[in-house]
Amino acid sequence: MKKILYLIFLGCTCLFQVNAQDDTDLLSMLGEEETIDYTSAAFKTNRVINLHSLENTARGVLDFKISHRFGFINGGAYEFFGLDNATIRLGLDYGITNNFQIGIGRSGFEKTFDGYMKYRLLRQSTGKRRMPITLSILAASAIRGQKWTRDEVEYPFFARFNYTYQLILGRKFSDNFSLQLSPTVVHRNLVLTRTEMNDVFALGIAMRQRITRRLALNVEYIYVLPDQIAPGLKHSLSIGCDIETGGHVFQLHFTNSTAMNEKGFIAETTGDWLKGGIRFGFNVSRVFTIVKPKLED
Amino acid sequence: MKNLIVVLLIAFIAPTLSAQSKYFTKEGKISFSSDAPMEKIEAHNRKANSVLDPASGKMEWSVLVKAFQFDKALMQEHFNENYMESDKFPKAVFKGVVQQHDKIDWTKDGAHNVKVKGTLEIHGVTKDVVADGKITIKGGSISAQSDLTIAVSDYEIKIPAVVKDNIAKTVKIDIKADYAPLVK
Repeated sequence: MKKILYLIFLGCTCLFQVNAQDDTDLLSMLGEEETIDYTSAAFKTNRVINLHSLENTARGVLDFKISHRFGFINGGAYEFFGLDNATIRLGLDYGITNNFQIGIGRSGFEKTFDGYMKYRLLRQSTGKRRMPITLSILAASAIRGQKWTRDEVEYPFFARFNYTYQLILGRKFSDNFSLQLSPTVVHRNLVLTRTEMNDVFALGIAMRQRITRRLALNVEYIYVLPDQIAPGLKHSLSIGCDIETGGHVFQLHFTNSTAMNEKGFIAETTGDWLKGGIRFGFNVSRVFTIVKPKLED
Repeated sequence: MKNLIVVLLIAFIAPTLSAQSKYFTKEGKISFSSDAPMEKIEAHNRKANSVLDPASGKMEWSVLVKAFQFDKALMQEHFNENYMESDKFPKAVFKGVVQQHDKIDWTKDGAHNVKVKGTLEIHGVTKDVVADGKITIKGGSISAQSDLTIAVSDYEIKIPAVVKDNIAKTVKIDIKADYAPLVK
């Protein structure tokens, strides 16, 4: 009897041993450690087309942007469908932290100098911290450099300034689709007629649909609440694509807006899509790493 | 009856003993480099998980692809978005066996050149690999180090023609771990 028991237990011992050594998944012994998994690349760059996107320039990265908007396509063959003329903006964006970005730019349109600050308050993430949306806040200011057209009127200096405050709220719904809303208020120190409001309230809506790994379709539309801008002005609508190569992003698009700063494209868009009041344009983004990221320990 | 008690004791202690003899790290270092004519790319990950079981010679690695750090933020984004598709395939995993592990005396200080044979899963594709490495045992702790070269195309990672001079067809991977005893 003893011997039988002995054998049984010996058998058990062996089984245990074998079990312990035959663990098929050793890694499971370490357990799963949850990390915060930030969603990245909701849009390819920090602009959708004209609007700021959900993305920030990473810390220590300088993004040089060269943007062109050509003339109206309905200028016909004489104007080479708008390509004879171009409005230009040269801009620099810099990431001070991963969530705080500043930028400056100079546009040909009204010889405008602009600057902005953009701060990401919430960042979409999964894992240890779940955040369904990204929320950023943008404050921008622009100053008109162009001489006033009427010499006889003496305008005060502050008349040249305008300001924009914007919330950027959105989500990358899938690998392919991102959507954002941009409630905005533009304040203009000077407006030309009594029918125009100094403060213009608007809502931008923008989306990205990825077509291939390196090609995406972008659409943005900015709704301006009624009775705020001069009659005859239009809402900005732009459709374009992002093409990505190594260090460049090329954004090619069609838009009815001329200016590339908020006051201009939100409150002063003149082109009418239905009448061919569309411009071809592009933004080229080239990034330079100024401060290399430190390796996390 | 005495025998029975001894047997019982062995039965309960034995599994604990063998479990204790496993080694682990959560700070394994994995880096890789691609040396193309136009550009040299390097990335580092210092948070790799690995478990080593000297008794069976088994060695397993798991690493979060998104935790690889690059010098250039855009490169890191492209790596995850365009090449590794990290949202779809968040981890790279190696499962292998140290060859002739029974010839190593895991209790004695010493250095051993070894071959590790196993499977490597990257980008959802699993391939057989053999890596030369070195296992060093010193004062009860074990460290391991290895490098291997893999072909990007083996793992169905496509390099578009535009960047063929910027990204090499093969990538060299360096691996290093200092193991500590795993106490359950």
